[in-house]
Amino acid sequence: MSNPILETRNLTKIYGQNIIFKDINLKVNEGETIVIIGPSGTGKSTLLRCINLLTANEGGQVFLDGQEITAKNYNEDKVRQQIGMVFQNFLLFNHLTALDNVMIGLLKVKKMSKEQARQKAMEELKRVGLEDRASHYPGQLSGGQQQRVAIARALAMDPRVMLFDEPTSALDPELIGEVLGVMAQLARDHMTMLVVTHEMGFAREVADRIVFMEKGSIVEEGTPDELFYHPKNERTREFLWKITELYGKKEKEQSATA
Amino acid sequence: MTEFFEFFIRILPDLMKGAGVTLLLTAEGLTAGFILGLSASLARTYANKFWRGLAVGYIEIFRGTPLLMQLFLIYYGLPGLGITFSRGLCAFLALSLNSGAYQAEYLRGSLLAIGDDQMMAGRSIGMSRVKTIWYVILPQALRLAIPAWSNEPVSLLKSTAVVFLIAVPELMAKAKSIAAQTYDPIGTYIAVALVYLAMVYLLDAVLRWMERASRIPGFEMEGKKA
Amino acid sequence: MFSTFFSYIIQGTAITIAVTLVALPFGLMLGLAMALIHTYGGNILNRIAAAFSLLLRGVPPIVLLFILYFMLSSKSFNLSPFWAGSFSLGIVSSAYQMEILRGALLAVGNGQMTAARAVGMSRVQAVQHIILPQALRLAIPPWSNEVSIVLKDSSLVYALGVPEILRRAQQLSATTQQPFLAYGTAALIYFVLVFATNRALDYLSERTKLPTHS
Repeated sequence: MSNPILETRNLTKIYGQNIIFKDINLKVNEGETIVIIGPSGTGKSTLLRCINLLTANEGGQVFLDGQEITAKNYNEDKVRQQIGMVFQNFLLFNHLTALDNVMIGLLKVKKMSKEQARQKAMEELKRVGLEDRASHYPGQLSGGQQQRVAIARALAMDPRVMLFDEPTSALDPELIGEVLGVMAQLARDHMTMLVVTHEMGFAREVADRIVFMEKGSIVEEGTPDELFYHPKNERTREFLWKITELYGKKEKEQSATA
Repeated sequence: MTEFFEFFIRILPDLMKGAGVTLLLTAEGLTAGFILGLSASLARTYANKFWRGLAVGYIEIFRGTPLLMQLFLIYYGLPGLGITFSRGLCAFLALSLNSGAYQAEYLRGSLLAIGDDQMMAGRSIGMSRVKTIWYVILPQALRLAIPAWSNEPVSLLKSTAVVFLIAVPELMAKAKSIAAQTYDPIGTYIAVALVYLAMVYLLDAVLRWMERASRIPGFEMEGKKA
Repeated sequence: MFSTFFSYIIQGTAITIAVTLVALPFGLMLGLAMALIHTYGGNILNRIAAAFSLLLRGVPPIVLLFILYFMLSSKSFNLSPFWAGSFSLGIVSSAYQMEILRGALLAVGNGQMTAARAVGMSRVQAVQHIILPQALRLAIPPWSNEVSIVLKDSSLVYALGVPEILRRAQQLSATTQQPFLAYGTAALIYFVLVFATNRALDYLSERTKLPTHS
């Protein structure tokens, strides 16, 4: 197995008196889709933000393509061109149209020409199915559309890895599908993805590996099959059944016949 | 009534000269104040302890004391330290420093509202702090601040009236000399009041136009939610 | 010499405070009356109150001060500069206080009036016992701002010759030949006055808050 494209070693985050997470060791291989699940407040979002250096850590290291990005003088901004992030609250730039939202990174960070940037941006918008909304402002778009633009914005930078922080948690139920659809396609296109979500269906269908985190550490990780049908840890079993109960008895019945 | 009207027409040309200076002082003070206020509120939100402290000190002092006092301190007080400026410059400095402190407060509110989230979003695509502030945060914060900020131009216009006390030849100064010549203080000052009213009305109309022209669909609502 | 310095400053400060203490309550009474007239008066009274507000707020305070001073100190009224100036400041402030109180009255809302009348109160009783107590509490934060403003605007009576802080500072600057010290002291005093007033009003705002279920 070649070296992982993204790796954390003993990553630790402490906030005041609270240990958010301690000694997290995670390896992500190129093209893999990893889904992180677990109860709310266990630091999953914070973990993502420590990976793309939006949040400082109190111990441990992060490696991208073998390079330690948590090293003292490493250029944070450059790192974030290679690791894309999609937020729960979309966080689109409200004063810019959808197209400009996608373009601005290309213009100001990658220093592309206006023509090049426009072309690339339209490609990305097409990729998420929103080329006809290019001149709309975020305030004129639905939640699902805004999130898809946010995905396009992150993709436009051609990142090596994409981080998704509960991308559908702020969406109305009927809008979740369109976003998960885009994410599933990205996975099929072999984008390396790290996704924090409560969407178990997505985890089961799309993840190459699932990581269950609780109380600041990784309880168990494995393929969807392993975690859903043969969980090694009692807590994993408890958590997954509780969640799947919420999402309908259908899941339970299907697995019973599996 | 008609004699007041005749009186008014007669002194109007003179008053207009003064009004011109008033408008000039307002424009200068507003612009310089904007630069000062923007710098101070950015320093207060994003800079290190030293610059932040300086910004807070500036804002508290110039909002916590009367404009007239600031004017006198600059015009009468500074020469005691060997620093002498011309009348016009003193007026400009006092008005700018004063306006800047108030503008800083207006901007601070919207910077806070826009702040953290948009900073994260900008940085997530590789923009530096500075780039994010310039291309993402400021364009939104400035727009959001417009309704509250529109109070400032009118407020400043009215504030300029006190600089006649250091003999700057704006509208009030003209009024004083006319009142002395015509022995009709009440009539003169009422005429002046009318000119100020007209200027305020015009300024207000311009500001409302600006507000409408800079609207972004769906944005104010987003802003208000935050 | 230091004692003269000191006593001049104290006297000036006292006058400044006195001007503010005359102007504010006067402005409050007048402003409250105008706010009630605007909100509950008929169409005509409403327009008169609105005009009152627009005129007084669209003109620089010092201009109004001069107009009112010349009117109030003329032979018919014969008020001293101190009283003419203080009342004039009060009249100017009343327009701004009117707007603050109007906002508070609106914020209390029609529902409260309806409820009061439903238990048989007359309009006057409703305003007195139900609406005003709530409105006045709501008005405290913006009103504290107005207090600071009046305190600072009291410096304008300098132009009428009233011996408040600035006038005193000017005299001191002449006698001591230390203008920066004189005006600097004035600045310090104003700063302390405004600061103390703000804190005191914040405290008042906290104490009179209606309890919420938090």
